[in-house]
Amino acid sequence: MTRPGDILLSVKDISLRFGGVRALTDVSFDIHEGEIFAIIGPNGAGKSSMLNCINGFYHPQEGTITFKGAQRRQMRPHEAAAQGISRTFQNIALFKGMTTLENVMTGRMLKMRASLAEQALYIGRGRREEIEHREKVEEVIDFLEIQSIRKTPVGRLPYGLQKRVELARALAAEPELLLLDEPMAGMNVEEKEDMCRFVLSTNHELGTTIALIEHDMGVVMDLSDRVVVLDYGKKLAEGTPDEVRGNQDVIDAYLGVSHD
Amino acid sequence: MLYREAGQFKTSYSADQAMLTIPLDRWFVFALAAFAIVGVPLLASEYLMVSILLPVLILSIAALGLNILTGYCGQLSLGTGAFMAAGAYLAYKIATNITWLPIWVVIPLAGLCAAAIGIAFGLPSLRIKGFYLAVATLAAQFFLLWLFVKVPWFVNDSISGVPPAPPRTVFGFQVTGAAAGDEAKYLFVLAFVIALAWIARNLARSRIGRSWMAIRDMDIAAELVGIRPLPTKLSAFAISSFYCGVAGALWAMCYINSVEPTAFDINRSFQVLFMVIVGGLGSVLGSFLGAAFIFLLPIFLNSAPGWFGYSVASDTITHIEFMLFGVLIIFFLIVEPHGLARLWQIAKEKLRLWPFPY
Amino acid sequence: METLYLIFIDPFVQMVVEPAFLVEVLIGGLTSGVMYSLVALGFVLIFKASGIFNFAQGIFVLFAALNFVGLMDLGVHPILAFVITIGIMTALAFVVDRLVLRPLVNQDPIILFMATIGIAFFLEGFGETLWGGDVRPVRVGIPDEALFWEAGFGEILVQSADLFAGVIAAFLVTTLALFFHFTPVGRALRAVADDHQAALSVGIPLNNIWVIVWAVAGFVALAAGIMWGAKLGVQFALSTIALKALPVLILGGFTSIPGAIIGGLIVGAGEKVFENYWGVPLLEGATEDWFAYIVAMIFLFFRPQGLFGEKIIERV
Ligand SMILES: Nc1ncnc2c1ncn2[C@@H]1O[C@H](COP(=O)(O)OP(=O)(O)O)[C@@H](O)[C@H]1O
Ligand SMILES: [Mg+2]
Repeated sequence: MTRPGDILLSVKDISLRFGGVRALTDVSFDIHEGEIFAIIGPNGAGKSSMLNCINGFYHPQEGTITFKGAQRRQMRPHEAAAQGISRTFQNIALFKGMTTLENVMTGRMLKMRASLAEQALYIGRGRREEIEHREKVEEVIDFLEIQSIRKTPVGRLPYGLQKRVELARALAAEPELLLLDEPMAGMNVEEKEDMCRFVLSTNHELGTTIALIEHDMGVVMDLSDRVVVLDYGKKLAEGTPDEVRGNQDVIDAYLGVSHD
Repeated sequence: MLYREAGQFKTSYSADQAMLTIPLDRWFVFALAAFAIVGVPLLASEYLMVSILLPVLILSIAALGLNILTGYCGQLSLGTGAFMAAGAYLAYKIATNITWLPIWVVIPLAGLCAAAIGIAFGLPSLRIKGFYLAVATLAAQFFLLWLFVKVPWFVNDSISGVPPAPPRTVFGFQVTGAAAGDEAKYLFVLAFVIALAWIARNLARSRIGRSWMAIRDMDIAAELVGIRPLPTKLSAFAISSFYCGVAGALWAMCYINSVEPTAFDINRSFQVLFMVIVGGLGSVLGSFLGAAFIFLLPIFLNSAPGWFGYSVASDTITHIEFMLFGVLIIFFLIVEPHGLARLWQIAKEKLRLWPFPY
Repeated sequence: METLYLIFIDPFVQMVVEPAFLVEVLIGGLTSGVMYSLVALGFVLIFKASGIFNFAQGIFVLFAALNFVGLMDLGVHPILAFVITIGIMTALAFVVDRLVLRPLVNQDPIILFMATIGIAFFLEGFGETLWGGDVRPVRVGIPDEALFWEAGFGEILVQSADLFAGVIAAFLVTTLALFFHFTPVGRALRAVADDHQAALSVGIPLNNIWVIVWAVAGFVALAAGIMWGAKLGVQFALSTIALKALPVLILGGFTSIPGAIIGGLIVGAGEKVFENYWGVPLLEGATEDWFAYIVAMIFLFFRPQGLFGEKIIERV
């Protein structure tokens, strides 16, 4: 099932500590272009921390991250966004006071160029851009089937829809690498199925590389091309879903065999 | 069913993006503007125009300014008075020293100076947010006012320290100072109000407005979509202070006709903050409604007992005013954070369905 | 050159030449600093326990003092007046909790902050409606006379009321510190912000924890109000001076009780020294209006968590 493309993102020997807590220890893996890459592991294993390192929220004490061939140690989140990394959060991070449309429009932020004067007077690029990008945003809205909530303030939407709007905002940026932190957590079966469908078609139709964190093993097996398993901040295993499922360490970790 | 949305399908995104999507709304705003320009000067009494409309319009500009910073960008300011003072003092300084500069250039220029000062006091927002920032804006409030009072350079060494506004004309009509005609003053201020309200609306629906709101709602996620927090906050500080500066300049030049520090003390800062809260956080319309409401309430309280033949001591009225303001603030924050503007919208929705109740 | 001398050399020369004056300035500063500390203390209590920045704390001081003085003017014995006022402040805490804080639970801090501005305005109007707006002297038998103290380098003038205020403040702070560290209720209050379980485990219903915290803050406000009133009379000005507690908090850190105390003393002493040695000679005076705020702003740049506050880490 693997589709070996070029390496898009390479994480090498990442270590991250918070005071005495070692959230990540010497973790390395590669994400290839066009694949769906899953990060799994028990709660507190360091999965979210890993994504936070990748898009610049956390700065690992050791290790390097190479994205599109350029190596870096530190980066601010907006720089990561500018390079083509988008993400969603485990706890929804939408702009609650804004409508769905406005939220998704913020995904286009980095592609807009109008000057302050053009925006203030709503002329020239100020006006043109609003309309052009609105068209792109409407495509995303259609793609994720959220037309009917376009003008609703997102604070009033149910949880499942909020997750979808968050995905829409990430997609509106047309990212090369999309990071999804537990996109299906807390959803009912139907919502999960929808979300799986969206993740797959994002990958197939738009060709976006995706790294996702997920707890539901069934979902992970269905969706992902490759999986990395973290436990207590360390890499336990890496491989295709089938390889990982057969790995004794992974089985132990998941069945809660004591660590000593 | 005169007023309706249904059945008026938009056929393009550009129509949907338009500022006022319902034709009746558009007509209403145009009609209101036309009436304000033509009707009011013809019909309104001198009292109404100079003692009510003029200050309400000028304070609306200040409220717009604060709303940009607090309502849209989520950064609380208790220094509105100081930024208004900056506009007033610098407008005076520029107008009296570069006498050939037309007054309609002087006032925006004073606004730009206020914007620069606003940026300086906004810099701590690099490290802090929300109410911590209130302290930085209090620093602006107390320090700037002290500076303008203590440094005679700002008032050209005027002995009294409270110099009269210099008389200036536009198209041959005097618009500033005590001798200016009521209509001329009113129209001069109105021109600024219309332009600035329109610009505020444009900014709010453009990229910059969305970045302000994103910072307000969740600054971490804002960075994620590529918004750089510091420049975004500073732009809100700059534009907000520009509005406040223009308002302060107009207040001194056209309303009180002199440049005096007491007009811009901390009470002014609170007054404008209340206008924004009551009118509606993050609403252009709300800035106007709030300004009118908060300005008129004390006038109403002072005259209402008289209508019923009572007389109430004026300090009692002041106390009632304080209590009422306090209650209103809490009420609106709890019940309707979008303020009068939202109530207006709800009323319109009712109207839209009228005469059918559902 | 001349100016540089006046800025960098002369003030220090003055301090060395006339140490008695410096000590007097310092004492004057520290006594107003104690008042800032007490207001700031009320802020910290509420902020630690509920994360709310109570802008009205300054007005609480005024309101408590107004009630106290008003009752005494009606002929109520000071001790009884004190007890009744505590009752009023507790009732106030209850009302604030039910009518303002609960409906706004889970709102943005900035919204809650604005709501406390509303409380401040309401109380200011309410207190004055009840008791009138005149300046009222507080006569609780705090002696106020000039004491002369013969130090080695000259004679120093001290007001006995200032000394008294200092002693009361020290007592209050110690009591509160002990209360917070050694009683279960105090520990629960400290813990409640991040651990509701702790509060429950000592049997404080979570429902009422905010009421308790606000009532304790009301008590601190009353103590501050009485002392302040004894010095200056109870009047409006109290509430504007109380604004200075905000920069004090920036200096001391929003979560630290010792920080509030030390921050207050630093601000009080700092602004008096600055006014006397730099403000009056060089800047035409009245620098006390802004000194504290500008210092706080500089702090915001370089140490936003204050001297003693905990570093704020964002979690995603
Ligand atoms: N900002 C932070 N400060 C302190 N500790 C943190 C922070 N973020 C994560 N951690 C710690 O790092 C470890 C890994 O957390 P996380 O990455 O959220 O795990 P996961 O997403 O796999 O459940 C946990 O022990 C957590 O407490
Ligand atoms: Mg996680």
